[in-house]
Amino acid sequence: MRKVAIVGVGMTKFGEQWATSFRKLIVEAGISAMRDAGITGKDIQAIYGGNMSAGRFINQEHIASLIADNTGLSPVPCVRVESACASGGVALRQGYLDVASGMHDCIVVGGVEKMTDVTTDIATEVLATAADQEWEAFYGMTFPALYALIAKRYMHRFGATEEHLAAVAVKNHANGANNPNAQFQFKVTTEQVLKSTMVADPLKLLDCSPLTDGAAAVILASEEKAKELTDTPVWIKGSGHATDSLSLHDRRKICTLDATVHAAKQAFKQASMKTKDIDFVEVHDCFSIAEICAIEDLGFYEKGKGAQATLDGETKIDGKISVNASGGLKAKGHPVGATGVAQAVEVTLQLKQMAGKRQVKGAQTGMAHNVGGSGGTALVHIMGLDK
Amino acid sequence: MDVGITGYGAYIPRYRIKVEDICKVWGANPESVKSGLNVAEKAVPAQDEDTATISVMAARNALLRAEIDPQDIGAVYVGSESHPYAVKPTATIVAEAVSATPCLMAADFEFACKAGTAAIQVCMGLVGSGMVKYGLAIGADTAQGAPGDPLEYTAAGGGAAYLIGKKNLLAEINDTYSYTTDTPDFWRREGASYPSHGGRFTGGPAYFVHIESATRGLLEKTGTKIKDYAHVVFHQPNGKFPLKAAKDLGVTKEQIETGLVVTKIGNTYSGCSLLGLSRVLDKARPGEKLLVTSFGSGAGGDSFSLTVTDRIKKARDKAEMTDDYINAKEYIGYSTYIKHRRKLKRS
Repeated sequence: MRKVAIVGVGMTKFGEQWATSFRKLIVEAGISAMRDAGITGKDIQAIYGGNMSAGRFINQEHIASLIADNTGLSPVPCVRVESACASGGVALRQGYLDVASGMHDCIVVGGVEKMTDVTTDIATEVLATAADQEWEAFYGMTFPALYALIAKRYMHRFGATEEHLAAVAVKNHANGANNPNAQFQFKVTTEQVLKSTMVADPLKLLDCSPLTDGAAAVILASEEKAKELTDTPVWIKGSGHATDSLSLHDRRKICTLDATVHAAKQAFKQASMKTKDIDFVEVHDCFSIAEICAIEDLGFYEKGKGAQATLDGETKIDGKISVNASGGLKAKGHPVGATGVAQAVEVTLQLKQMAGKRQVKGAQTGMAHNVGGSGGTALVHIMGLDK
Repeated sequence: MDVGITGYGAYIPRYRIKVEDICKVWGANPESVKSGLNVAEKAVPAQDEDTATISVMAARNALLRAEIDPQDIGAVYVGSESHPYAVKPTATIVAEAVSATPCLMAADFEFACKAGTAAIQVCMGLVGSGMVKYGLAIGADTAQGAPGDPLEYTAAGGGAAYLIGKKNLLAEINDTYSYTTDTPDFWRREGASYPSHGGRFTGGPAYFVHIESATRGLLEKTGTKIKDYAHVVFHQPNGKFPLKAAKDLGVTKEQIETGLVVTKIGNTYSGCSLLGLSRVLDKARPGEKLLVTSFGSGAGGDSFSLTVTDRIKKARDKAEMTDDYINAKEYIGYSTYIKHRRKLKRS
């Protein structure tokens, strides 16, 4: 398999983009990535687009055709990829495999979601389609409820408190305040998190990522093409993809996302690396508890120790291992299909020392972790400056 | 244009239901809802009250202050989103009740919560052009909130009437500016009992864009600045939105507080900004400038610049003040509330 590099990145501002349509979002992100790479449309040989549920959010399917058409890139092939909130991460992986296999030399991978054209109630129902419809959603489960169960179990087994959960939100908001593309660019205090409206006990409003409109895109190139385009290609050193049961109650352990564990192992093996080689990571903090479980399942902390490490500040931007310097899903926003690609954008910016006020010092190797549903799918990608 | 307000009158039904009592029924957290909306209670019409009766009471108060011969009223317009009839105007009921018939023009208006201010603008034109001597513009509503919907906490009943004329003004209307777009943030289909709305879409792209654009347009048109105004009244769907709009536009707490009635009576829809204005007129001093911007879903904002005259002092004591109605209250519980609001299926 050939080496693959990220040679350009772009994203829209994430947030409630009332005046920006789905198609405008993806075109904006795509053009931004192409400009960053210094290429034009004729260089693009294929498109991979991650999107969870345009069908229910905006009544639009056949997203592959919509993207190819609106970006003006037809007749290149376009694949719409869906794995709930991991749609972006899977799109990244499929794009990576496309170039690694030798099929194409220069492609664009995008992710997009337009979530605010429906009411909050409908959006919650749509997001719940990532869960098991027969055994979870049918009985009233929503996503906050599923992750609340994980949180309750974690707190019971390991003695964590709501303050531990709040520490994730406080850190991610502090990071997001330095991200000009983040949906929320303000700090929050522990007290504000603890006092926010209860959504699904113990998860409060500020423990939950928001509903967001947004798109992100990256240009992937073969080694030869990358050489033509840039002096600082960001190499995909490892790619891991794994699945697990759709429903939470069928998992081996409630507090462990085995899909994350397997995907991480694959990525580390391919990259010939261990956790100590990773300088920073963007994890899937759809809810505060998700970040705590993620840093454990990825191998940075033993199961049960992630909560205290977060409260102790070990995962701050200047801590032992920076987690979610971008602000994470919590502060940056979570346009579900775009998130996996936006994480790759952040990792690339960090590696190229272009992250401004939220720059992780000495960033050489970064990781992106993207989850679908309550853990039915997980993607782990490792990116670095060394070939 | 030398037109203005010759008389004004308010009416607010006496019954109140507390937000916390509505919360208890639906299992919502009262502290969270009250602080989220900045509304404590809302006005509920009695079983025998509706937009017509509210409009008549407000009109009578306006005429007490105006001290004119009602036969000189050349036009009556009632703006509401809860007219008793889909076909048969409320305006003729009011015109008859205040002895303005038969030599006059009349019609009903609808533009969500700004139907009353739209009526004022039309009266300004009729009076200013000399077509009529006096025009009576009313904004009144018995607003509907679907059971369990967030609007139920704030949808209230009440209204205010403004007699527009050229003579004996207690406040001049110096100018008006409207900002109108096709923005479907909130609507009710013919025959539907309750309105539908776009959730968070009713904020940024609807309320704030139109209130702020109308206000900025008025300031530019009149060559004035926010600090020139002693009092500012914005439409008040809850106690938070107008405060945020105030912050965005540089309006101070002192400027906005007199006209902020929603915290005590809820959102009276077409009556809303007009009741905020009536409270301001109850307390304003001669010479003070007032800025009023209403908002109607669908959507639009009407902004007005007014100057209070010397006549205000004498005129305002001639009828009940807005606070007289706000403070004359009787609490009811949720079951009486739904009886009054005809939410019980009786056949």
